[in-house]
Amino acid sequence: MMGGIRKLGRWGLGTFERLGRAHIFLYYILMGAPSVLLRFGLLVQQMLSVGVLSLLIIVVSGFFVGMVLGLQGYNTLVDFGAEQSLGVVVALSLVRELGPVVASLLFAGRAGSALTAEIGLMKSTEQLSGMEMMAVDPIKRIIAPRFLAGFISLPILATIFSAVGVAGGYFVGVGLLGVDDGAFWSQMQAKVDFSEDIMNGVIKSIVFGFVVTWIAVFEGYDCVPTSEGVSRATTRTVVHSSLAILGLDFVLTALMFGNI
Amino acid sequence: MHNSKTVEIIVGLFVALGIAALFMLAMKVSNLSAFSGDGGYVIQARFENIGGLKVRSPVTVAGVRVGRISDIGFDNTTYEAIVSMNIEGDYNTLPTDTSASIFTAGLLGEQYVALEPGGAEKYLQQGGEVRLTQSAIVLEQVIGQFLYSQAEGGDKK
Repeated sequence: MMGGIRKLGRWGLGTFERLGRAHIFLYYILMGAPSVLLRFGLLVQQMLSVGVLSLLIIVVSGFFVGMVLGLQGYNTLVDFGAEQSLGVVVALSLVRELGPVVASLLFAGRAGSALTAEIGLMKSTEQLSGMEMMAVDPIKRIIAPRFLAGFISLPILATIFSAVGVAGGYFVGVGLLGVDDGAFWSQMQAKVDFSEDIMNGVIKSIVFGFVVTWIAVFEGYDCVPTSEGVSRATTRTVVHSSLAILGLDFVLTALMFGNI
Repeated sequence: MHNSKTVEIIVGLFVALGIAALFMLAMKVSNLSAFSGDGGYVIQARFENIGGLKVRSPVTVAGVRVGRISDIGFDNTTYEAIVSMNIEGDYNTLPTDTSASIFTAGLLGEQYVALEPGGAEKYLQQGGEVRLTQSAIVLEQVIGQFLYSQAEGGDKK
Protein backbone atom coordinates (compact mmCIF):
# COMPACT_ATOMS: atom_id res chain seq x y z
CA MET A 1 0.00 0.00 0.00
CA MET A 2 2.61 2.51 1.11
CA GLY A 3 4.88 1.28 -1.64
CA GLY A 4 2.22 2.05 -4.24
CA ILE A 5 1.67 5.56 -2.92
CA ARG A 6 5.41 6.12 -2.85
CA LYS A 7 5.67 5.01 -6.48
CA LEU A 8 2.90 7.39 -7.43
CA GLY A 9 4.67 10.18 -5.56
CA ARG A 10 7.96 9.45 -7.29
CA TRP A 11 6.23 9.44 -10.66
CA GLY A 12 4.52 12.71 -9.89
CA LEU A 13 7.73 14.37 -8.72
CA GLY A 14 9.58 13.10 -11.76
CA THR A 15 6.92 14.37 -14.14
CA PHE A 16 6.77 17.81 -12.60
CA GLU A 17 10.52 18.06 -12.44
CA ARG A 18 10.70 17.27 -16.16
CA LEU A 19 7.96 19.76 -16.86
CA GLY A 20 9.87 22.39 -14.93
CA ARG A 21 13.09 21.57 -16.79
CA ALA A 22 11.20 21.88 -20.08
CA HIS A 23 10.05 25.38 -19.16
CA ILE A 24 13.48 26.53 -18.01
CA PHE A 25 14.84 25.09 -21.26
CA LEU A 26 12.21 27.04 -23.21
CA TYR A 27 13.28 30.20 -21.39
CA TYR A 28 16.91 29.65 -22.47
CA ILE A 29 15.82 28.97 -26.05
CA LEU A 30 13.82 32.19 -26.19
CA MET A 31 16.75 34.09 -24.68
CA GLY A 32 19.02 32.57 -27.33
CA ALA A 33 16.61 33.18 -30.20
CA PRO A 34 17.66 36.79 -31.00
CA SER A 35 21.26 35.69 -31.55
CA VAL A 36 20.04 33.29 -34.24
CA LEU A 37 18.88 36.24 -36.29
CA LEU A 38 22.49 37.45 -36.35
CA ARG A 39 23.61 34.13 -37.82
CA PHE A 40 20.88 33.84 -40.39
CA GLY A 41 22.59 31.05 -42.31
CA LEU A 42 22.00 28.59 -39.46
CA LEU A 43 18.27 29.28 -39.52
CA VAL A 44 18.09 28.94 -43.29
CA GLN A 45 19.97 25.64 -43.17
CA GLN A 46 17.53 24.30 -40.58
CA MET A 47 14.50 25.55 -42.46
CA LEU A 48 15.68 23.49 -45.38
CA SER A 49 15.87 20.27 -43.40
CA VAL A 50 12.83 20.90 -41.22
CA GLY A 51 10.50 22.74 -43.57
CA VAL A 52 11.38 22.25 -47.21
CA LEU A 53 12.06 18.53 -46.92
CA SER A 54 8.67 18.04 -45.23
CA LEU A 55 6.99 19.69 -48.18
CA LEU A 56 6.47 16.55 -50.23
CA ILE A 57 4.56 14.60 -47.58
CA ILE A 58 2.50 17.69 -46.75
CA VAL A 59 1.53 18.36 -50.36
CA VAL A 60 0.70 14.72 -51.14
CA SER A 61 -1.30 14.20 -47.93
CA GLY A 62 -3.07 17.52 -48.36
CA PHE A 63 -4.16 16.65 -51.86
CA PHE A 64 -5.46 13.25 -50.82
CA VAL A 65 -7.23 14.56 -47.72
CA GLY A 66 -8.92 17.16 -49.91
CA MET A 67 -9.96 14.53 -52.45
CA VAL A 68 -11.41 12.26 -49.75
CA LEU A 69 -13.29 15.20 -48.23
CA GLY A 70 -14.69 16.01 -51.66
CA LEU A 71 -15.81 12.44 -52.21
CA GLN A 72 -17.36 11.90 -48.79
CA GLY A 73 -18.91 15.33 -48.62
CA TYR A 74 -20.46 14.84 -52.03
CA ASN A 75 -21.99 11.48 -51.07
CA THR A 76 -23.74 13.05 -48.09
CA LEU A 77 -24.71 16.36 -49.68
CA VAL A 78 -26.10 14.90 -52.89
CA ASP A 79 -28.94 13.28 -50.90
CA PHE A 80 -30.16 16.75 -49.98
CA GLY A 81 -29.54 18.19 -53.43
CA ALA A 82 -27.02 20.47 -51.77
CA GLU A 83 -23.88 19.37 -53.58
CA GLN A 84 -23.17 23.02 -54.40
CA SER A 85 -22.16 23.37 -50.76
CA LEU A 86 -19.30 20.94 -51.31
CA GLY A 87 -16.81 23.79 -51.58
CA VAL A 88 -17.91 25.13 -48.19
CA VAL A 89 -17.57 21.72 -46.54
CA VAL A 90 -14.13 21.08 -47.99
CA ALA A 91 -12.77 24.56 -47.35
CA LEU A 92 -14.10 25.01 -43.83
CA SER A 93 -12.99 21.62 -42.57
CA LEU A 94 -9.55 22.06 -44.12
CA VAL A 95 -8.93 25.65 -43.12
CA ARG A 96 -10.29 25.39 -39.60
CA GLU A 97 -9.29 21.92 -38.49
CA LEU A 98 -7.64 19.45 -40.82
CA GLY A 99 -5.05 21.80 -42.28
CA PRO A 100 -3.42 22.80 -38.99
CA VAL A 101 -3.99 19.48 -37.19
CA VAL A 102 -3.01 16.96 -39.86
CA ALA A 103 -0.11 19.08 -41.05
CA SER A 104 1.15 19.29 -37.44
CA LEU A 105 0.77 15.55 -36.88
CA LEU A 106 2.70 14.85 -40.07
CA PHE A 107 5.25 17.46 -39.09
CA ALA A 108 5.71 15.84 -35.67
CA GLY A 109 6.30 12.49 -37.34
CA ARG A 110 8.50 13.76 -40.15
CA ALA A 111 10.48 16.64 -38.68
CA GLY A 112 9.93 16.44 -34.91
CA SER A 113 11.28 12.91 -34.62
CA ALA A 114 14.26 13.82 -36.81
CA LEU A 115 15.04 16.83 -34.59
CA THR A 116 14.91 14.70 -31.44
CA ALA A 117 17.06 11.96 -32.92
CA GLU A 118 19.63 14.44 -34.22
CA ILE A 119 19.95 16.34 -30.96
CA GLY A 120 19.82 13.14 -28.89
CA LEU A 121 22.60 11.63 -30.93
CA MET A 122 24.66 14.82 -30.60
CA LYS A 123 24.21 14.52 -26.87
CA SER A 124 25.09 10.83 -26.64
CA THR A 125 28.18 11.29 -28.80
CA GLU A 126 29.07 14.22 -26.51
CA GLN A 127 29.12 16.78 -29.28
CA LEU A 128 27.07 19.11 -27.11
CA SER A 129 29.54 18.79 -24.23
CA GLY A 130 32.34 19.34 -26.71
CA MET A 131 30.77 22.60 -27.76
CA GLU A 132 30.47 23.73 -24.19
CA MET A 133 34.17 22.95 -23.74
CA MET A 134 34.89 25.30 -26.63
CA ALA A 135 32.73 27.98 -24.95
CA VAL A 136 30.05 27.67 -27.64
CA ASP A 137 26.59 27.69 -26.18
CA PRO A 138 24.86 24.62 -27.68
CA ILE A 139 21.45 26.15 -27.02
CA LYS A 140 22.28 29.18 -29.15
CA ARG A 141 24.22 27.23 -31.77
CA ILE A 142 22.14 24.04 -32.09
CA ILE A 143 18.80 24.26 -30.33
CA ALA A 144 17.53 27.77 -31.01
CA PRO A 145 17.95 27.66 -34.83
CA ARG A 146 16.07 24.35 -34.98
CA PHE A 147 13.34 25.64 -32.70
CA LEU A 148 12.86 28.79 -34.74
CA ALA A 149 12.97 26.88 -38.02
CA GLY A 150 10.18 24.56 -36.88
CA PHE A 151 8.18 27.41 -35.43
CA ILE A 152 8.34 29.31 -38.73
CA SER A 153 7.96 26.32 -41.03
CA LEU A 154 4.85 24.71 -39.60
CA PRO A 155 2.43 27.59 -40.27
CA ILE A 156 3.76 27.75 -43.84
CA LEU A 157 3.32 24.00 -44.26
CA ALA A 158 -0.19 24.06 -42.76
CA THR A 159 -1.23 26.87 -45.10
CA ILE A 160 0.13 24.95 -48.08
CA PHE A 161 -1.71 21.86 -46.83
CA SER A 162 -5.04 23.72 -46.74
CA ALA A 163 -4.53 25.29 -50.15
CA VAL A 164 -3.54 22.00 -51.77
CA GLY A 165 -6.44 20.27 -50.00
CA VAL A 166 -8.94 22.74 -51.46
CA ALA A 167 -7.42 22.05 -54.87
CA GLY A 168 -7.87 18.31 -54.23
CA GLY A 169 -11.50 18.82 -53.25
CA TYR A 170 -11.99 20.93 -56.37
CA PHE A 171 -10.41 18.22 -58.52
CA VAL A 172 -12.77 15.52 -57.22
CA GLY A 173 -15.89 17.68 -56.78
CA VAL A 174 -15.82 19.71 -59.97
CA GLY A 175 -13.53 17.61 -62.12
CA LEU A 176 -14.84 14.13 -61.45
CA LEU A 177 -18.26 14.44 -59.80
CA GLY A 178 -19.59 17.36 -61.82
CA VAL A 179 -20.40 19.97 -59.19
CA ASP A 180 -20.84 23.40 -60.80
CA ASP A 181 -17.54 25.23 -60.92
CA GLY A 182 -18.99 28.62 -60.01
CA ALA A 183 -21.24 27.33 -57.24
CA PHE A 184 -18.25 25.52 -55.71
CA TRP A 185 -16.23 28.73 -55.45
CA SER A 186 -19.06 31.21 -54.89
CA GLN A 187 -20.61 29.30 -51.99
CA MET A 188 -17.14 28.81 -50.55
CA GLN A 189 -16.37 32.50 -50.78
CA ALA A 190 -19.74 33.39 -49.31
CA LYS A 191 -19.27 31.18 -46.26
CA VAL A 192 -15.53 31.27 -45.53
CA ASP A 193 -14.36 34.39 -43.77
CA PHE A 194 -10.75 35.49 -43.97
CA SER A 195 -10.21 36.68 -40.42
CA GLU A 196 -12.65 34.29 -38.73
CA ASP A 197 -11.69 31.07 -40.45
CA ILE A 198 -8.40 31.36 -42.28
CA MET A 199 -6.54 33.48 -39.75
CA ASN A 200 -7.77 31.34 -36.85
CA GLY A 201 -6.43 28.30 -38.69
CA VAL A 202 -3.09 30.06 -39.09
CA ILE A 203 -3.05 30.96 -35.38
CA LYS A 204 -3.69 27.31 -34.56
CA SER A 205 -0.77 26.20 -36.70
CA ILE A 206 1.50 28.79 -35.06
CA VAL A 207 0.59 27.40 -31.62
CA PHE A 208 1.11 23.83 -32.79
CA GLY A 209 4.44 24.76 -34.40
CA PHE A 210 5.61 26.24 -31.11
CA VAL A 211 4.55 23.22 -29.05
CA VAL A 212 5.73 20.50 -31.44
CA THR A 213 9.21 21.92 -31.92
CA TRP A 214 9.51 22.70 -28.22
CA ILE A 215 8.70 19.08 -27.35
CA ALA A 216 11.03 17.78 -30.07
CA VAL A 217 14.09 19.80 -29.09
CA PHE A 218 13.50 19.27 -25.38
CA GLU A 219 13.16 15.50 -25.71
CA GLY A 220 16.38 15.43 -27.70
CA TYR A 221 18.26 17.66 -25.28
CA ASP A 222 16.93 15.84 -22.21
CA CYS A 223 17.28 12.26 -23.44
CA VAL A 224 19.29 9.54 -21.73
CA PRO A 225 22.52 9.56 -23.76
CA THR A 226 22.40 5.97 -24.95
CA SER A 227 21.05 4.48 -28.14
CA GLU A 228 18.04 3.18 -26.22
CA GLY A 229 17.51 6.59 -24.63
CA VAL A 230 17.54 8.29 -28.04
CA SER A 231 15.04 5.81 -29.42
CA ARG A 232 12.74 6.33 -26.43
CA ALA A 233 13.03 10.10 -26.70
CA THR A 234 12.10 9.93 -30.40
CA THR A 235 9.02 7.84 -29.60
CA ARG A 236 8.05 10.21 -26.81
CA THR A 237 8.34 13.18 -29.15
CA VAL A 238 5.86 11.73 -31.59
CA VAL A 239 3.42 10.55 -28.90
CA HIS A 240 3.55 13.69 -26.77
CA SER A 241 3.39 16.04 -29.75
CA SER A 242 0.38 14.25 -31.18
CA LEU A 243 -1.44 14.31 -27.84
CA ALA A 244 -0.54 17.96 -27.32
CA ILE A 245 -1.76 18.87 -30.82
CA LEU A 246 -5.11 17.14 -30.40
CA GLY A 247 -5.67 18.44 -26.87
CA LEU A 248 -4.70 22.00 -27.76
CA ASP A 249 -6.82 21.81 -30.89
CA PHE A 250 -9.88 21.19 -28.77
CA VAL A 251 -9.03 24.07 -26.45
CA LEU A 252 -8.34 26.45 -29.35
CA THR A 253 -11.47 25.40 -31.24
CA ALA A 254 -13.55 25.95 -28.12
CA LEU A 255 -12.01 29.41 -27.67
CA MET A 256 -12.31 30.41 -31.34
CA PHE A 257 -15.54 28.86 -32.58
CA GLY A 258 -17.19 27.33 -29.54
CA ASN A 259 -18.98 30.27 -27.87
CA ILE A 260 -18.12 28.71 -24.54
CA MET B 1 25.51 18.71 -49.18
CA HIS B 2 24.29 21.97 -50.67
CA ASN B 3 26.19 25.18 -50.84
CA SER B 4 24.64 27.99 -48.89
CA LYS B 5 23.41 29.92 -51.92
CA THR B 6 21.28 27.04 -53.20
CA VAL B 7 19.96 26.46 -49.69
CA GLU B 8 18.95 30.07 -49.41
CA ILE B 9 17.21 29.99 -52.77
CA ILE B 10 15.31 26.81 -51.91
CA VAL B 11 14.20 28.16 -48.54
CA GLY B 12 13.22 31.42 -50.20
CA LEU B 13 11.05 29.49 -52.64
CA PHE B 14 9.53 27.59 -49.73
CA VAL B 15 8.55 30.76 -47.92
CA ALA B 16 7.23 32.26 -51.16
CA LEU B 17 5.13 29.12 -51.68
CA GLY B 18 3.67 29.53 -48.21
CA ILE B 19 2.77 33.15 -48.91
CA ALA B 20 1.27 32.12 -52.25
CA ALA B 21 -0.84 29.49 -50.49
CA LEU B 22 -2.11 32.07 -47.99
CA PHE B 23 -2.82 34.44 -50.88
CA MET B 24 -4.72 31.70 -52.69
CA LEU B 25 -6.75 30.96 -49.56
CA ALA B 26 -7.47 34.66 -49.09
CA MET B 27 -8.44 35.37 -52.69
CA LYS B 28 -9.98 32.18 -53.92
CA VAL B 29 -11.42 30.52 -50.80
CA SER B 30 -12.51 33.39 -48.59
CA ASN B 31 -14.56 36.47 -49.42
CA LEU B 32 -11.54 38.72 -49.67
CA SER B 33 -11.46 38.46 -53.45
CA ALA B 34 -12.06 41.50 -55.57
CA PHE B 35 -14.44 41.76 -58.47
CA SER B 36 -13.38 39.38 -61.21
CA GLY B 37 -14.48 40.88 -64.48
CA ASP B 38 -12.50 39.37 -67.30
CA GLY B 39 -13.92 40.27 -70.70
CA GLY B 40 -17.62 40.21 -71.29
CA TYR B 41 -20.13 42.93 -70.60
CA VAL B 42 -22.36 43.92 -67.69
CA ILE B 43 -26.14 44.16 -67.84
CA GLN B 44 -28.50 45.06 -65.05
CA ALA B 45 -31.88 43.88 -63.87
CA ARG B 46 -34.19 45.11 -61.13
CA PHE B 47 -35.99 42.63 -58.92
CA GLU B 48 -38.57 43.15 -56.20
CA ASN B 49 -37.06 40.31 -54.22
CA ILE B 50 -33.85 38.45 -54.94
CA GLY B 51 -34.26 35.79 -52.24
CA GLY B 52 -30.92 34.16 -51.54
CA LEU B 53 -29.12 35.33 -54.65
CA LYS B 54 -25.44 36.02 -54.08
CA VAL B 55 -22.60 37.71 -55.89
CA ARG B 56 -20.92 35.18 -58.22
CA SER B 57 -24.11 33.13 -58.54
CA PRO B 58 -24.58 31.77 -62.08
CA VAL B 59 -26.58 33.43 -64.87
CA THR B 60 -28.02 30.97 -67.37
CA VAL B 61 -29.78 30.96 -70.70
CA ALA B 62 -31.62 27.72 -71.51
CA GLY B 63 -29.76 26.12 -68.62
CA VAL B 64 -26.34 27.00 -70.01
CA ARG B 65 -24.22 29.23 -67.81
CA VAL B 66 -23.40 32.43 -69.69
CA GLY B 67 -22.16 34.65 -66.87
CA ARG B 68 -22.15 35.49 -63.20
CA ILE B 69 -23.72 37.99 -60.84
CA SER B 70 -21.08 40.66 -60.40
CA ASP B 71 -22.83 43.00 -57.99
CA ILE B 72 -26.02 43.31 -55.99
CA GLY B 73 -27.21 46.79 -55.05
CA PHE B 74 -30.30 48.43 -53.66
CA ASP B 75 -32.32 51.31 -55.06
CA ASN B 76 -33.32 53.65 -52.27
CA THR B 77 -36.21 55.26 -54.15
CA THR B 78 -37.96 52.26 -55.69
CA TYR B 79 -36.92 49.76 -52.99
CA GLU B 80 -35.80 47.31 -55.61
CA ALA B 81 -32.68 45.21 -55.79
CA ILE B 82 -30.33 46.05 -58.66
CA VAL B 83 -28.52 42.97 -59.85
CA SER B 84 -25.54 43.44 -62.16
CA MET B 85 -24.68 40.45 -64.30
CA ASN B 86 -21.37 39.97 -66.03
CA ILE B 87 -22.13 38.10 -69.25
CA GLU B 88 -19.23 36.47 -71.09
CA GLY B 89 -18.20 38.10 -74.34
CA ASP B 90 -19.13 35.05 -76.43
CA TYR B 91 -22.81 35.46 -75.60
CA ASN B 92 -23.37 38.92 -77.06
CA THR B 93 -26.61 38.27 -78.94
CA LEU B 94 -29.16 38.59 -76.13
CA PRO B 95 -32.17 40.60 -77.42
CA THR B 96 -33.16 43.79 -75.61
CA ASP B 97 -36.53 42.29 -74.54
CA THR B 98 -34.87 39.42 -72.69
CA SER B 99 -36.58 38.56 -69.40
CA ALA B 100 -34.85 37.48 -66.20
CA SER B 101 -36.16 35.21 -63.44
CA ILE B 102 -34.60 33.96 -60.24
CA PHE B 103 -34.83 30.21 -59.81
CA THR B 104 -33.50 27.72 -57.31
CA ALA B 105 -31.35 24.77 -58.33
CA GLY B 106 -33.00 21.88 -56.52
CA LEU B 107 -35.11 22.25 -53.41
CA LEU B 108 -32.35 23.61 -51.18
CA GLY B 109 -29.82 24.50 -53.83
CA GLU B 110 -28.23 27.73 -54.85
CA GLN B 111 -30.30 30.43 -56.51
CA TYR B 112 -29.45 31.62 -60.00
CA VAL B 113 -30.73 34.00 -62.64
CA ALA B 114 -32.28 32.47 -65.74
CA LEU B 115 -32.47 34.71 -68.80
CA GLU B 116 -35.11 34.08 -71.43
CA PRO B 117 -34.40 35.74 -74.80
CA GLY B 118 -37.21 37.63 -76.50
CA GLY B 119 -37.64 38.47 -80.17
CA ALA B 120 -36.26 41.99 -80.47
CA GLU B 121 -33.88 42.89 -83.28
CA LYS B 122 -31.41 44.79 -81.13
CA TYR B 123 -29.01 43.17 -78.71
CA LEU B 124 -28.20 44.08 -75.12
CA GLN B 125 -25.02 46.13 -74.79
CA GLN B 126 -22.68 47.00 -71.95
CA GLY B 127 -24.76 48.68 -69.23
CA GLY B 128 -28.05 47.52 -70.78
CA GLU B 129 -31.02 46.73 -68.61
CA VAL B 130 -33.31 43.73 -68.54
CA ARG B 131 -36.80 45.18 -68.01
CA LEU B 132 -38.92 42.08 -67.62
CA THR B 133 -38.04 40.43 -64.33
CA GLN B 134 -39.60 37.85 -62.09
CA SER B 135 -38.64 37.82 -58.41
CA ALA B 136 -37.36 34.91 -56.46
CA ILE B 137 -39.98 32.56 -55.11
CA VAL B 138 -39.78 32.72 -51.34
CA LEU B 139 -40.72 29.30 -50.08
CA GLU B 140 -42.33 30.57 -46.88
CA GLN B 141 -44.67 32.87 -48.84
CA VAL B 142 -45.69 30.06 -51.18
CA ILE B 143 -46.38 27.69 -48.28
CA GLY B 144 -48.23 30.46 -46.45
CA GLN B 145 -50.44 31.20 -49.46
CA PHE B 146 -51.05 27.51 -49.98
CA LEU B 147 -52.10 26.97 -46.37
CA TYR B 148 -54.29 30.07 -46.50
CA SER B 149 -56.08 28.93 -49.65
CA GLN B 150 -56.50 25.44 -48.21
CA ALA B 151 -58.05 26.89 -45.04
CA GLU B 152 -60.45 29.05 -47.10
CA GLY B 153 -61.45 26.09 -49.23
CA GLY B 154 -62.09 24.04 -46.09
CA ASP B 155 -64.52 26.66 -44.71
CA LYS B 156 -66.67 26.64 -47.82
CA LYS B 157 -67.30 22.91 -47.64
